[in-house]
Amino acid sequence: MSAKIVGGVATSHVPAIGAAIDQGKTTDDYWTPLFKGFEKSQKWIKDLNPDVAIVVYNDHATAFSLELIPTFALGCAEEFPIADEGWGARPVPRVYGHPDLAWHIAQSLILDEFDLTIANRLEVDHGLTVPLSLLFGQPARWPCPVIPFCVNVVQYPPPTGNRCYNLGKAIQRAVESFDEDLRVVVFGTGGMSHQLQGERAGLINSEFDNRFLDDLVNRPDKARAIPHLEYLREAGSEGIELVMWLIMRGALNKKVHEIHRHYHVPASNTAVGHLILENDFR
Amino acid sequence: MTLSNDYQDIPGTYVFDAKHSRLGYHLNMFCMSLRHAENRDAFKANEISYLEQFTMSQEQRDAVLGRQWNDMLRLGGNIYYTSKLAATDGLTFQDLAAIMTGSSREQYREMMVNGGRPIDGNRSKSEWTRER
Repeated sequence: MSAKIVGGVATSHVPAIGAAIDQGKTTDDYWTPLFKGFEKSQKWIKDLNPDVAIVVYNDHATAFSLELIPTFALGCAEEFPIADEGWGARPVPRVYGHPDLAWHIAQSLILDEFDLTIANRLEVDHGLTVPLSLLFGQPARWPCPVIPFCVNVVQYPPPTGNRCYNLGKAIQRAVESFDEDLRVVVFGTGGMSHQLQGERAGLINSEFDNRFLDDLVNRPDKARAIPHLEYLREAGSEGIELVMWLIMRGALNKKVHEIHRHYHVPASNTAVGHLILENDFR
Repeated sequence: MTLSNDYQDIPGTYVFDAKHSRLGYHLNMFCMSLRHAENRDAFKANEISYLEQFTMSQEQRDAVLGRQWNDMLRLGGNIYYTSKLAATDGLTFQDLAAIMTGSSREQYREMMVNGGRPIDGNRSKSEWTRER
């Protein structure tokens, strides 16, 4: 008996997407093309019916301020309240964790030389809840427990893409050494190209994004070598969130099946990218 | 060893590195306090006296009171923090981006719908000085 990773999801986590869902605007002309691209994904995850979702995301000055800046923090609590980020808390179900698996992962990662922070009290923001809404819709209760995996991408420098990829590999080892038959999905969130700040705000680089999608799927060794300067310059200052997709990618096998891909510009200030990947066992 | 800061060549961009983080600590912690509804109310009731709780520079205070969003970034503010001040004013991230780029809400939205700000011509400060 052991747990295993049965799929990977990459998606942007733009707050305006959450607002569109919460305010019933998903069929407006502006939003229709974006949400169309998630219909197949909702069906995929419903059929897959995972036991646990590990969601790699970043906190946006919500649970963590400048007082404490953990590079990697793992949510080990029983439950995680929905945060008020300044606009009021999103009307979504409370997030319930999976402390048994989360603590196992924490211990396994530390012994595997990834020294992360253990979070027993963690409010979760749009970085985590928007991906859940995109994949699970608007249920009264989220269909599975969720383990938040928080990465610092606000204070420069975030961890390198290579570090993130290797961390994903260590998460895969941790999950596979858990002696319960759990089917686990890993989400990598954030990105794609976007810049929210300064006179260059609104930057979008579709060429970079599409190359990144191709490389992440088929040439992860190339994707994990992208230096920070390239993300900042080419994908915008907030596009550097893409390093979190590499954690999800690292948690899968080297060879994967691309089940679904979606790319749309814009959601508010951001290029939205989305992938569904499964391990290739053939 | 000196860490590379080649990113300073990127135009119109304030990378939140150690220098910015130290400079903007109190400014950002002020913004962080606005995450709570009761603090937003207290700030709106009297902005100047609310700011007295924070050891910010006069320049930072002026930038906050005058809603000079790019100045806040230059003075160490980080967008995820300053956006909480924007939220207090009822502005979204997109409204804020429009203001920071000197466009109207409509112009900015139009630019995004048409594919966003292109990367060509926006990679290096040298490209901006040539044009302007």
